[in-house]
Amino acid sequence: MKIGVFICHCGTNISATVDVEKVAQVTSKLAKVHFSTTYLYMCSNPGQELIKKAIKEKGLDRIVVCSCSPSLHEKTFRKCAEEAGINPYLVEIANIREHCSWVHRDKKEATLKAIDIVRLAVAKVSRDKPLVKTYVPIEKRVLIIGGGISGIQSAIDIAFAKYPVTIVERESSIGGRMARFDKTFPTLDCAACILTPKMVTVSQSQYVTIYTCSEIEEVSGHVGDFKVKIRKRARSVDINKCTGCGACYAKCPVKVSAKFDMNLGLRKAIYVPFPQAVPNVPVIDRQNCLWFSAKNASGGTKKACGLCKKICNFGAIDYDMQDEIIEEKFGAIIVATGFTQFDHSVYGEYGYGKYKDVVTGLHFERMASSSGPTGGKIIRPSDGKEARDVVFIQCVGSRDEQKGVPYCSRICCMYTAKHALLLKEHNKDAQAYVFYIDIRAAGKNYEEFVKKVQDEYGAIYLRGRVSRIFEKGGKIIVRGADTLSGAQIEIKADLVVLATGLIARPETVKLAQMLHIPYDQNRLFTEAHPKLAPVETVTSGIFLTGACQSPKDIPDSVATASAASVKALGLLLQDKLEKEPLIAKVDRNLCSGCRACVVACPFNAIDMKEIEDRALKCKRDVAEVVEGVCTGCGNCTVVCRMSAIDIEGFSNRQIMEEIEAL
Amino acid sequence: MKWFISQETIKAPFQKILEKGCGEKVARCYQCGKCSAGCPMAFQMDYLPNQIIRMIQLGMEKEVLSSKTIWLCASCFTCTARCPREINVAEIMDFLRRHAYRTRIIPSGDTEIPLFNKIFLRNIELFGRLYEVGLIGMFNLLSGEFFKDFTVAPKMFLKQKIGIFPWRNKNAKALKDIFRRSGGLEKAQRGRLLYPKLIFLNLSKKFIGKIEKLK
Repeated sequence: MKIGVFICHCGTNISATVDVEKVAQVTSKLAKVHFSTTYLYMCSNPGQELIKKAIKEKGLDRIVVCSCSPSLHEKTFRKCAEEAGINPYLVEIANIREHCSWVHRDKKEATLKAIDIVRLAVAKVSRDKPLVKTYVPIEKRVLIIGGGISGIQSAIDIAFAKYPVTIVERESSIGGRMARFDKTFPTLDCAACILTPKMVTVSQSQYVTIYTCSEIEEVSGHVGDFKVKIRKRARSVDINKCTGCGACYAKCPVKVSAKFDMNLGLRKAIYVPFPQAVPNVPVIDRQNCLWFSAKNASGGTKKACGLCKKICNFGAIDYDMQDEIIEEKFGAIIVATGFTQFDHSVYGEYGYGKYKDVVTGLHFERMASSSGPTGGKIIRPSDGKEARDVVFIQCVGSRDEQKGVPYCSRICCMYTAKHALLLKEHNKDAQAYVFYIDIRAAGKNYEEFVKKVQDEYGAIYLRGRVSRIFEKGGKIIVRGADTLSGAQIEIKADLVVLATGLIARPETVKLAQMLHIPYDQNRLFTEAHPKLAPVETVTSGIFLTGACQSPKDIPDSVATASAASVKALGLLLQDKLEKEPLIAKVDRNLCSGCRACVVACPFNAIDMKEIEDRALKCKRDVAEVVEGVCTGCGNCTVVCRMSAIDIEGFSNRQIMEEIEAL
Repeated sequence: MKWFISQETIKAPFQKILEKGCGEKVARCYQCGKCSAGCPMAFQMDYLPNQIIRMIQLGMEKEVLSSKTIWLCASCFTCTARCPREINVAEIMDFLRRHAYRTRIIPSGDTEIPLFNKIFLRNIELFGRLYEVGLIGMFNLLSGEFFKDFTVAPKMFLKQKIGIFPWRNKNAKALKDIFRRSGGLEKAQRGRLLYPKLIFLNLSKKFIGKIEKLK
C-alpha cells in the first residue's frame, strides 16, 4: 500500500497558522505513507496535475489531501484521482483549514493538531475499499402537487419539454389563490387575465394530466421511481360527459355562501367556483345537496330533489360516483401546495367575527373583482353601503412572536398598497388609511408603486399598530398611533381591512412525512440550501416551489416554479441516475433480524428479506438496504446491536482505526 | 397628544394653501428624518422638523402653527439641501411663519421670536438698515424685560458697535417700496406691527410669572 499525502497552503489560510512543511515532513515518516508534499493551491489546475503526476510516478494507490472541508473539494480530488487511474473512493480529505488553521492562533499547537488530523485520515484511507457508483432507472414523468400559479407554471415548463406531467389539485378547479385576486401589483394587470391563459394552456396540453378534487394518499419509493397513490374524491359529475353548459347550476334550488368569494356571496349546491374554472365542470357539494341529504336522512326512501340530473342533457350527473384511488409512478415530484391565511381571530382587539365590517385582504380582493359577489363595489358587509373611509392594518399575524409568526409575510405591504389604490379607483370619494410598521417594498418597481399610492392616490400612511377597534354609531372606530408625529390616532372608519399574513397549510406536516422532506418551526418546507439550492429538498427528486417554502408573491412563485421544473427536467433528461456508493450495507451473516434499523431509518430505505441460512439450515429474516433510497446518513449503524450494518466509506472498522491512530 | 383623523382633517384647506403658498408637496415626505438629523436648532425645538412635516400631512394646522419649531428655524437650508425627496423644508418653515402671522396663531408666551421678527422687519422698513438701539429698546419694552442686556450697552457703544442715532440707507425709499409690494402681495399687514391685544397678553403673562416667582 502506497499512500500519498498532499498538503495545501490554501494561500495563507492554512500556512499562516500551520507549518505545512513540518506536517509534510512528519507525515512522510508514517507507516504506509510513501510520498508527502505541499502546494500553494492544491485545488488549482497545477495542484491537481501535481497529484496526478505523483500518483503515476510514485505508483501511489491511495491519497490523502489535507485542505479545506470535504463539502467543498472532495469531489474535485475524487475526480482527479479517477483521472489518474485510481478508484475515486480511495481518497480522503483531512480538513486542516476549518478544523484547524481557522480556529487556532498558536502556530506550534496548530501544527501538532494538523499532524494528528492527517494521521487519522491516513489511518482511515488505509481501510478504504474501492467502491463503484450505482445507477438507478428513471420514470420519465413528473408529479406536481398543487394547481396554483406555481404548479401551473411548472407544468407548462415541463410540458414544453415534452415530458408528461400530472397536476394534483385539491379543489374542483386549478388556479389556486391567484384566481381569487382582482389585480396584481405593481403593474395592475388583471389577475384573471394573466392567469386564465396559462390555465387554458395547461388544460389543452397533451402532456399534462389534471386531477382535480384529488389529494395525495401515499408516497413511497425514491428518486426516479416514486410510487404515488392519489385519492380522487367523488365529484358526482362525469368530467368526460359534461360540456359545461351550466344548466344544472342554473336550476339547482339550494343556495349556500360561497367559500371562493370568502362567504360574501352565494353559490348553488352544484357549482363551478368561478366562471373561468379549468376544468369547467361543476361539482356537487354533498353536504348541502338536497338529493344527498334526503338520501342520508331517510335511508333513500324519501323523495329526493334530483333536478340537476333531470335537466342534464348529457347524462353527466352521477350521484353514485365513489372516491377513486389512482396509483402512478413518477420520476420527480414538485411540491407547490401554497399557503393559507393567518387566523386573525386571536387578535380580540381587532374585533374580527364581532364586527362584520372588519374583513381580510382576500375579502377585499373579492369585493374589488368585477366578477365578484359585489360586482366590483367596495361595500360594508354589514349594511351593503359603499365604504368611504377604509382603514388597512398591516402585519396581522406577521412579525408577532407572541400571537402570530415571527417572519415577515413579504407580500402584505404590496397588496395593501394595491388595495388602497383600488379603493380610490372604485370610489373617488374614498380615503384609505394604512397602519404599518415598516414598508417592505423590495422588488422591481415596488417602492415606486407604494410612493405612487401615497403621492397620487392620497393614501395616508400611519406608522404604528392598531390597539383597539370598536363600533360606535354605525361607524367603526379605530384607535392606533402614529409614532412619526407621536400622536394617538382615532379614525371613524366604514371598513377595516386586515392584511393577514401567510402561513403554512396545516396539512403540510402530513405531506412532509409522506414525502420525507423537512419543514421548519413555522411548518414551511425547508430547502436543501437557502442560497445555493433554493428549490431542492434534501430528499433527491423532490422540489419545492411557491409559497409552501416561504411567503412569495406571484413573480417569485413563477420564478421558483420555472427553477423547480428545470431541476426536475435535468433529472429526467438522464438515461440512468447516478448514485453515490457511500450507503449502508448489511452483513447477512451477522444480522439477527431485530428490525431496529428499520425503525431508525428516516428514509424507509431498509426492508426485511427472508433468506435461506445454510449454516443453521433454516429460513430467517435479515435487513436489506434499498440502494436507491439510502442516503448514507448512518442512523442504522448506530442502532445495530450486532454491528451488522455499515456505511461504505465510513465503516466501524475505519472509525476504530482512526481512534487507534490518535 | 391625541388626534382624530377623518376626511375633513386630511382634506382641510391648510395643505392646499401650503402647497399653493410655497409650491412644496408635503405628501412626498417619507419620514426618513434627515432634515432633523442635520438641523442645528433641533436641540431647542419642541417638534423636530420631520415631525412638523408629518403633522402637516395629518392636517394638524393649529399644532403646527403654535409650535416653537417654526420660529426657531434659522433658515440655514441644510434640510432642503439634504432632503432625498426634494422637499424644500426651509421654505415650508418660512411659509408657516407667514401663515402664522396671517392666522394670528403665535406661540406668545413661549417664544419672543415672532415679536423680534416683527420688530426687526419694521425697523428695516423704517430706517432702511438696522437701528440697533431702536430694535433692542423696542423689543425689551414689548417683551416685558425692560433691562435685558442693559449692562452690555455702554461697552458696545464704546466699541462703536451701536450708535445712538440711526444710520440712514441711501436708497431707503426703494426698500420701502419692496416692503410695500411684498406686503401687498402677502397681505401680511406688516404695518400693523402691534396687536395691542397680543402685547397686553404677553406682558400680563410675564408679570404674573414674575410675581409668582417672587412668592
